Amino acid sequence: MTLDRRSFLKLVGAGAGAAGLPLIGRAAEIMPKTGKRVVVIGGGYGGTIAAKYVRMMDKSIEVVLIERNDHFVSCPFSNLYLGGMLPDLNSLTIKYDKLAANHGVKVVQAEVTGIDPAAKSVTTSKGTIAYDRLVVSPGIDFRLDEMKGYDAAAMEVMPHAWKAGPQTVLLRKQLEAMKPGGNVIISIPLAPFRCPPGPYERASMIAMYLKQHKPGSKVIILDANPDIVSKKGLFLKGWKKHYEGIIDYRAAKKVTEVDAGKMSVMIEGLEEVKGDVINIIPPQKAGLIAHAAGLVGTDKKWCPVNPTTFESTLHKDIHVIGDSSIAGAMPKSGYSANSEAKVCATNIVALMNGKEITEMSAINTCYSYLSAKEAVSVTGVYKVNAEKQVIEGVPGSVAVSPDLSEVEAIYAESWLRNILTEMST
Amino acid sequence: MTMIWKGWALATGVLAMSALAQAAPPSPAMLANACAGCHGTNGGSAGPSMPSLASQSKEAIVEAMKKFKSGERPATVMGRLAKGYTDADFAAMAEFFSKQKLHATNQTLDKAKIAKGASLQESNCGRCHIEDGKEGKDDTPVMASQWLPYLQMQMAEYQSGKRKMPEKMAEKVKPLSAADLEALLHFYASVK
Ligand SMILES: Cc1cc2nc3c(=O)[nH]c(=O)nc-3n(C[C@H](O)[C@H](O)[C@H](O)COP(=O)(O)OP(=O)(O)OC[C@H]3O[C@@H](n4cnc5c(N)ncnc54)[C@H](O)[C@@H]3O)c2cc1C
Repeated sequence: MTLDRRSFLKLVGAGAGAAGLPLIGRAAEIMPKTGKRVVVIGGGYGGTIAAKYVRMMDKSIEVVLIERNDHFVSCPFSNLYLGGMLPDLNSLTIKYDKLAANHGVKVVQAEVTGIDPAAKSVTTSKGTIAYDRLVVSPGIDFRLDEMKGYDAAAMEVMPHAWKAGPQTVLLRKQLEAMKPGGNVIISIPLAPFRCPPGPYERASMIAMYLKQHKPGSKVIILDANPDIVSKKGLFLKGWKKHYEGIIDYRAAKKVTEVDAGKMSVMIEGLEEVKGDVINIIPPQKAGLIAHAAGLVGTDKKWCPVNPTTFESTLHKDIHVIGDSSIAGAMPKSGYSANSEAKVCATNIVALMNGKEITEMSAINTCYSYLSAKEAVSVTGVYKVNAEKQVIEGVPGSVAVSPDLSEVEAIYAESWLRNILTEMST
Repeated sequence: MTMIWKGWALATGVLAMSALAQAAPPSPAMLANACAGCHGTNGGSAGPSMPSLASQSKEAIVEAMKKFKSGERPATVMGRLAKGYTDADFAAMAEFFSKQKLHATNQTLDKAKIAKGASLQESNCGRCHIEDGKEGKDDTPVMASQWLPYLQMQMAEYQSGKRKMPEKMAEKVKPLSAADLEALLHFYASVK
């Protein structure tokens, strides 16, 4: 230790303490643990809910939520912003003050840089924090090795906008600045990825914007998958109804390389496609911290978990929820993360109190907009198949809307208000 | 082997690591919490078109879920989701929500309409929507503090015939004007 704790904290407080400060070594424990404690990594769709519900169910457990940002921007509805339906991202942004005040969740703004499963402590940019049980909900990161040329600089030219915030704003600015008649490319990775219908909703929203503001422009979808991954019939119907001649869907076109200088993408070394605005949705994997902590399975992408408790099958006392986890048939959605968080919190509280755990019961409900006034949804109720020990959809409940619907667009708005209110209050 | 492992797991609390782990059937809270993403924590909705379930009558929730499942009540997502549950699940969720505190909705309502609704409600609706709509006879839903947009959407579905009105309700609603009905909805939404 070259710095004593106080000056280290000062340094971090002054904004100098970026991730991975080399001098931390075995850094100071910043919140000495006195009683039972759950630490949660990630203040997004999964993490906020896990933190809140542990506190709602057992006030004797101290809960520390660690998040790198002082706010969170929702991916759900960020496509509507790209379509021009929202003036900014304010209505999609939450803070953590009420969650802290209402439930006594201790929110620490810091970057988690490591997890020590043996010592049961996490290392952050501000020091270490010990836990009895850890919940990891860091969302996704990108498999950049599968997308040649797509580095940090290229992301500023060809945004992914698959984590909402500055990237989303950048993509919208590019759409606004594009000349009429220009081509927008959306490249979609092989499934599984965060939000299966998300890329197709994005195509719809961008097409709507182009139709209104950039006559003669097109959206070219380069989909690595053999077909539309989610809500296929509904998207095709909506595109025919509203965006005929604007959306050019191309299946089995896997983008493997980008050239930010030439504004072009390469499909498996065979075919070059040029665009005026290029949105690269890269292939995905669990959040980097899950990889660093050895929570990722043999697929080297996602985290295997016990389907009833979401405890990692690789490290004891560490639970993984949300996009990073392998949750059987549950799609990687915000609603899934919310529902998984509650299952996980319930069983963490049971385990910490030496009580019997409870079978999981979870829901996914996810809306996609096709136009300013029409949306469609996919639903599902999920349970564990006891024999196979995997999460499966209950037959009949996993289904999509019969048609495009104006009522569903109205419900979708309330979906967003409720889920963000759950996370932030 | 199994016995030894189980005993050890129970003793040490390492149940989660084992596929043999025994788990209790989903509790009412486990079932109901999954609904809260759309209906709000403990059923207190923050979204104007999504009904609050907190403090709703148990019978009303069970009836609604059964009708969603059979398709008798028009729905978007609820008809599909209801198919994921048994009648016992419905009863458990309903039990959970009925025990939650009434959720005071923060919404702008029309004072004149509230007053008018207040004068109409007892004689027209009060036999089933008892205690100013804070309670419901049998499976009559609690109306108090509900979101006005939700109530308006439901009334529109009733009047279009998509949602079937109970006979007694139809008798009472028929003579009322659109303005009367609107006033009644403002009244019920205002009850805290
Ligand atoms: C365009 C788009 C549209 C979508 N639309 C929908 C929709 O309509 N409905 C729906 O249900 N889902 C939707 N989704 C999916 C949804 O956004 C994700 O499934 C959800 O966010 C997953 O939750 P999570 O908790 O796993 O991750 P996140 O919500 O991303 O939260 C992760 C958090 O962890 C933090 N974090 C990560 N690593 C660290 C670290 N090392 N230290 C500190 N903090 C860290 C991050 O900053 C972030 O705040 C959409 C996604 C996209 C991209």
